[in-house]
Amino acid sequence: MHMADALISPPVGAALWVASMGLAAYSARQIKPEVAERKIPLMGVMGAFVFAAQMINFSIPVTGSSGHLGGGMILAILLGPHAAFLVMFSILAVQALFFADGGLLALGCNVFNLGFWPCFVIYPLVFRRLAGGSPTRGRILTASVVSGVLSLQLGAFCVVLETLVSGISELPFGAFVLLMQPIHLAIGVVEGLVTAALVSFVWRARPEVLELTPGAPTPGTVSLKPVLTGFAMVALVTGALLSWFASTHPDGLEWSMARTTGKEELAAPTDGIHPTLAGLQEKTAFLPDYGFAEASEAEGADAEPVEEAPEQWPTVSAGTSVAGVVGGGMVLALAVLIGVSLRLIRRRRNVATP
Amino acid sequence: MMRLDAALGDVDALDRLAAGDSPVHRLDPRAKLIATAAFLVTAISYPKHDVAELTPLFLYPATLLAVGRVPTRVIGRYLLLACPFAVLVGAFNPLLDRQTALHVGPLAVSGGWLSFISILVRFVLTVSAVLLLLACTGYVAVCAAMARLGAPRLLVMQSLMLYRFIFILADEASRMVRAHSLRSLGKHSASIQTWGSLAGNLLLRAYDRGLRVHTAMLARGFDGTLHPVRGLRWSGRDTLFVVGSGGFLVVARYGHLAVRLGQWTMGMLA
Repeated sequence: MHMADALISPPVGAALWVASMGLAAYSARQIKPEVAERKIPLMGVMGAFVFAAQMINFSIPVTGSSGHLGGGMILAILLGPHAAFLVMFSILAVQALFFADGGLLALGCNVFNLGFWPCFVIYPLVFRRLAGGSPTRGRILTASVVSGVLSLQLGAFCVVLETLVSGISELPFGAFVLLMQPIHLAIGVVEGLVTAALVSFVWRARPEVLELTPGAPTPGTVSLKPVLTGFAMVALVTGALLSWFASTHPDGLEWSMARTTGKEELAAPTDGIHPTLAGLQEKTAFLPDYGFAEASEAEGADAEPVEEAPEQWPTVSAGTSVAGVVGGGMVLALAVLIGVSLRLIRRRRNVATP
Repeated sequence: MMRLDAALGDVDALDRLAAGDSPVHRLDPRAKLIATAAFLVTAISYPKHDVAELTPLFLYPATLLAVGRVPTRVIGRYLLLACPFAVLVGAFNPLLDRQTALHVGPLAVSGGWLSFISILVRFVLTVSAVLLLLACTGYVAVCAAMARLGAPRLLVMQSLMLYRFIFILADEASRMVRAHSLRSLGKHSASIQTWGSLAGNLLLRAYDRGLRVHTAMLARGFDGTLHPVRGLRWSGRDTLFVVGSGGFLVVARYGHLAVRLGQWTMGMLA
């Protein structure tokens, strides 16, 4: 469920980068210097542990397939929310850089989806309350499964929202939600079971390792501040994002760039939008012919109702399209040619001056 | 995610590439980071149905690939391994958006196919740009650049420590997995209970290792900061690289290079 760069738009990527970086800076400040100095090696090792634990496959009961550990919850349980968020950030960065699992611009989205929810919301509000100060096996199991399911549901829902606001995928909201949520329900249950198995083992073997132990602050004293800050930031980001979105898609600017025209379509009675578009046409002089696809009688046989669909289809004149295909092909060939010849030049130079 | 043991082999390959030497390797990591970020933003800023307009961007990875002496097959392997999510989500576009958007001779192309191809092109561009950054810079240098560009210190240190320990713990985990499979008659995956104690043991060992490492670091005078081995030095070449890539990106984004070239060629042929 890692978001890829190819599916997000710049405003979404930027907004969530800002949110995630803000949360990282907040977490880094929350960890006091003397604690940080003690925690740094531990955080590094625990992050690496999440990677290493993914190498140990386990079979999921009934289905026979196998899964692996995601990590957010277990890190929060072991290190506390602030350190866990930083560790999640670094894990996702390594995955983005080395495994091309989620992109660099989408890193903000992924950190938010997979780090913010388990560390700052689910762990303090759900897990600690359900597990209590002196957990039993049953309580750990319940708390882990509920937390796993909730944090993955929230994460998956964010993926849907981010994808939709970006507008690159055509998937409608309802279908995408129906696709994502059930899949992540299953993944969440598995994540919860795995977390429970791990936590109860550690609880039996070395209870002092867990942050849940009586020495650590009790659930009652967990402050709501990080959560509130988080929500405030979400509100801010959403606001910024929506306004941005609104301004990058002024009605028809992008569409009209690709539209072709015929005289009779311009005369067609689609009043209101036409004067604006006509103005735009004059300005966008590069591709000379623009028009309005929805009024085109040639496309009128289409089964789908066009009038209210926001993505009505621009019909591009054959000339421009072919030019695009020809030009695109040529540029690609040029890129390959440049690459190969640069390499050849280097090789020749290396031979000349060994 | 792909299998980690295979993935770690790839990490190793990228690291070895990063240790090489070329004009791209010699650039300041900050310059490469900035240029890559600008490239990524440009690549995803196109309207969703652009395909031909995106093609000039291929000049950037192609040049880096050649000048940085990165084998094409390394990047290709990654692209194949990493594509499922983008392909999966994008694959719905042709089903959902069927209106004809483009006529190429007798062939009518629907908007959905166009945006699907566009997603794939973006995917190839963004993934290869990130991999090239890493293959020509190295992870530690990228972290150092992030620190100098203002990322939280603790986050950078965490990223460096994480990277240091991944290989050690992965070795330990693979020994455990081998021991488990030798004792379990060919069953490849453990039950959840067994997994709990396997991973739990790994966790406790990792935890103890963390404490030992901390003691060792204190004994060597660790004061809470990590110092990068090589200092970063910004030179005129770096400015030139950033300005040059920036200029190229602006021209590629707004110059309609592909369509112009196509029209010009067709004009010549006609």
